[in-house]
Amino acid sequence: MMSYIARRLLYLIPLLLAISLLVFLMIRLIPGDPAQIKLGEKGTEEDLKRMREELGLDKPLHIQYWRYLKRLLKGDLGRSIRTNNKVTNEIKTSFPATIELTVLSMIIASIIGIFLGVISAVKQYTWIDNLSMVGALVGISMPVFWIGMMLMLIFSWKLGWFPISGRINLEANLDIITQFYLIDSIITGNWVAFKSTLSHLILPAITLATIPVAMIARMTRSTTLDVLNKDYVRTARAKGLKERVVIWKHVFKNSLIPVVTIIGLQFGSFLGGAVLTETVFARAGVGRLLINGITGRDFAVMQGAVLVIATFFILLNLIVDILYAYLNPKIRYS
Amino acid sequence: MSQGKGESLWDLAYRNFKRNKTAIAGIFILIFFTIIAVLAPYIAPYDPFEQNFLHSLEGPSQKHLFGTDEFGRDILSRVIYGSRISLQIGFISVFISMFAGTILGVIAGYYGSWPDMLIMRVVDIMLCFPYILLALVIMAILGPGIYNAMIAIGIVYIPKFARIVRSAVLNIRDEEYILAAKSMGAKDIKIMLKHILVNCMAPIIIQGTLSIGRAIINAAGLSFLGLGAQPPTPEWGAILSSGQNFLRGAPWVAIFPGIAIALLVLGFNLIGDGLRDAFDPKMKRT
Repeated sequence: MMSYIARRLLYLIPLLLAISLLVFLMIRLIPGDPAQIKLGEKGTEEDLKRMREELGLDKPLHIQYWRYLKRLLKGDLGRSIRTNNKVTNEIKTSFPATIELTVLSMIIASIIGIFLGVISAVKQYTWIDNLSMVGALVGISMPVFWIGMMLMLIFSWKLGWFPISGRINLEANLDIITQFYLIDSIITGNWVAFKSTLSHLILPAITLATIPVAMIARMTRSTTLDVLNKDYVRTARAKGLKERVVIWKHVFKNSLIPVVTIIGLQFGSFLGGAVLTETVFARAGVGRLLINGITGRDFAVMQGAVLVIATFFILLNLIVDILYAYLNPKIRYS
Repeated sequence: MSQGKGESLWDLAYRNFKRNKTAIAGIFILIFFTIIAVLAPYIAPYDPFEQNFLHSLEGPSQKHLFGTDEFGRDILSRVIYGSRISLQIGFISVFISMFAGTILGVIAGYYGSWPDMLIMRVVDIMLCFPYILLALVIMAILGPGIYNAMIAIGIVYIPKFARIVRSAVLNIRDEEYILAAKSMGAKDIKIMLKHILVNCMAPIIIQGTLSIGRAIINAAGLSFLGLGAQPPTPEWGAILSSGQNFLRGAPWVAIFPGIAIALLVLGFNLIGDGLRDAFDPKMKRT
């Protein structure tokens, strides 16, 4: 197992380097001179030359990349053109918002998806099965931002059950420690803030969970059906065990291994969906930071956000792979 | 590839597909939208660009079945014209990824060795990014616009096709008929086109159909973020984006284009699922 983990960790190095190279080149590929963009229209020829030297743009490309890597390793991602804040700080405040959203929606998606999948498999070809599978297919077909808008229309504008946008009600007076508002409100015992954060999170989390729910339900149904046909299930039934025990003790546990992988791999689509969900609900997460970076041509922010999302995605895939290898020895020794 | 009694894989798949009611429903949805797209100038009640401020943000009525937007433009006409754009985006972007992915996949699978290594490492790196993130990065480089969105989405799906085609090629690379063709002195390019590609078509078609749906959704997402189609283009995602500003008072601006996207994508998903079941009946039974 340790050698497998070591191999996977080694493989991580070229991947991370490749991502950093891509992010570095991305800015060079964008039409226009970064120095000119930073200066705006006002700069003279002299200013432009100075800015190019300051940004290191007068050096050859490989030296520029080397400098970029060195800064990256020191945790320096540059400054935002619009706010002049350090990009690292912007990410420190926005990333927890995205994690909070994705984790909650992952929990929602897993619970509902697995439940629907198991029920559909056990009641195969009944109306429950048909309804949930058609529902899953419709769920996969809807754009995530439209689902968000419709939920907002019904539950925020029409029924007034949830707030429309943002992360927290400012009147909740939360002392910020970790930037994870749910955790901060628990640490400080501020239950008003906890309630406010949670109510701001629910609609975005449900929005983001819709497509993964459908994927997880379809996957769980197919793996559960597979397990239902296994000999040990027939044996369990033959020895007179109650159907409930057969399903939850024998079938459910064994059908879950591939589902765990699917849930882990879905995290990528959670992160991608977060970009759109955060825009709909005006949540200050890293997805929204990225969109603001792109539309405002704020290159440092754009690079920082892409780097963080991609790195996080890779690390997560690594954890899923290791978990899967742990559960399934065949992978470890291949 | 004979399936007994002289029936080919394609005959069997066609027979299976015809019997699949949901897949046929998908075909009907696709035909419906294709007819709408082709006949748009004849069936749209108004010019999709015509502004009429006297009738801005009017709710659905007999005159405007889907209501009007902030410029008084008829939403129904814009949704009808939008089907042209979304179908184009779906087909063109998937064609880009299918074309490039198939070439890369065939080369990687057929030659193995360093071309395989090189292509698959690039594919791995591309897969390090969530789809929409990669599309956003490419859009940042190319700049906003509907054609750039097609290119961005086309590039994003290349790895998927490359992987599928490569594994299909690996399965058949050492089959006797390929070895026979080689020993008869056939050129690599001829073997790839005539023998390998033909036998990889099933997974390519299935993946292609399912990808069109995703491409349409992703393109709408890019337009929603202001990076894809630009106003006043009647693209569904762009209409939704402007509809968001009037969600409370004029929800119809956002409701109808969303339904159109979901319905069209559902059509492609039903057909894609049907094709997968048709080519691989074992999967359906599990």
